[in-house]
Amino acid sequence: MLKILKYGFFDLMRSRWSYIYFLFYLSLGFILLFLNQDVSKAVITLLNIILVLTPLIGTLFGVMYYYNSREFTELLLAQPIKRRNIFLGQYLGIALSLSLSLVLGLGIPFLAYGLFQSSEIFNFFTLILIGAMLTFIFVALAFGLALIFEDKIKGFGLAILTWLLFAVIYDGLFLILLLVFDDYPLDKFALFATVFNPIDLSRILILLKLDISALLGYTGAVFQNFFGTSLGKIFSITLLSFWIVIPVLFILYKSKRKDF
Amino acid sequence: MIVIKDLHKKFGKVKVLNGLNLSFEDKGIHTILGPNGSGKTTLIKSILGMVIPNQGSIEFNGKEILGEWEYRNEISYLPQIAYFPQNLKVKELLQMINDLRPGSKKEKELISLFQLESYLDKKLGNLSGGTAQKVNLVITFMFDSPLIILDEPTVGLDPVALIRLKQLIKEEKENGKTILITTHIMSLVEEISDDIVFILEGKIYFKGTIDLLKKQTEQSNLENAIANILEESYA
Repeated sequence: MLKILKYGFFDLMRSRWSYIYFLFYLSLGFILLFLNQDVSKAVITLLNIILVLTPLIGTLFGVMYYYNSREFTELLLAQPIKRRNIFLGQYLGIALSLSLSLVLGLGIPFLAYGLFQSSEIFNFFTLILIGAMLTFIFVALAFGLALIFEDKIKGFGLAILTWLLFAVIYDGLFLILLLVFDDYPLDKFALFATVFNPIDLSRILILLKLDISALLGYTGAVFQNFFGTSLGKIFSITLLSFWIVIPVLFILYKSKRKDF
Repeated sequence: MIVIKDLHKKFGKVKVLNGLNLSFEDKGIHTILGPNGSGKTTLIKSILGMVIPNQGSIEFNGKEILGEWEYRNEISYLPQIAYFPQNLKVKELLQMINDLRPGSKKEKELISLFQLESYLDKKLGNLSGGTAQKVNLVITFMFDSPLIILDEPTVGLDPVALIRLKQLIKEEKENGKTILITTHIMSLVEEISDDIVFILEGKIYFKGTIDLLKKQTEQSNLENAIANILEESYA
């Protein structure tokens, strides 16, 4: 599996898009820090970008990589290699290389601006960790969708739709529901609904960490109320891990039964 | 070596394999024939574990293959169409395969046999169909496996390469290998095969030597004999 992982990783690392992604984060980090010298403010701005962008890039790369490497996958399938290792290796290869772009791209500018002297260091690390987890989640979702749909266009469309659902539509629907059912107690429902959106979960986790109640929003406030800050953090990070494990299990399940 | 029992495979609503029973015990060259869409490639991919049958069993050297992978160490497979990662160089692909599956023996020899030296630094995406097929052949034959499966090996090859391929297949036969070939080129079948298997609508229609087939269909040449079976089945 490690060999497959290595090839997937270097394959993506060599591609132009990885560099663009890396350079984007690099320049984003420097620009943010240049515009407001305060590391803690930069972290908050970064939060919003990471929450939208890492899932999108993870989705796009996941789907693209799967469809582009189909030929190579077929070549591998005829070799004496376990099926699960082929798919797990490819998945980890992409997720790791994207995470590396994120960590290096943002790490370098923040280090250059004296992250280690700042008290924000743990917040920054939480943010990077969340970004990496979101990458792993959305690459897995995209990979799973690509495995289901033989048709590239369908797979691509649905993957983008998944991203759109979690990043935009979910919140919108949620707000509408809150407005419509204004008179009812919706705390439990809000809590329940948050669990099913990894992006929301990540947002809450970071805001709990940063301790900015003004930005928590409705779900965040309920969350904090219900669990308290530290339990809330543990709870949300556990849920995020489930969001990685379950799609990966699905990939393994699906790939075992698929014809090539 | 391979025993296949009651193999069924459906793709959506299309039944491709329909209770196929087949066994290859002997060494030598076995040709799998059949019209387009008769299930030749599906059969081969089932043997390799790439297609998972709906029903039935496949045993390789006495062991059920479902979910196994070690047995593929004993198989060299030439896919029908040479799909490669487009942005890799020929050299890099060969290195990669060697890394993933150690134990190749004849790489250099095969590269010079198919005159690929000048293509080693070219990207796979830029190769012509025939050259890509040659690379495909090198990857297949560089491993010393007891079973060699060739799915339409002649596609796109020039006459020189074709002669060398035939030579190569004969050599491997003399080395005591079992070789399965699918092809539509009857002259090749007549020239090299020890026996033939004819698949029709997902079942084995005929298995035996060419002479037996000719006798059964009362035809003097193979091409007519095959056409005869097909016409009967269409009627």
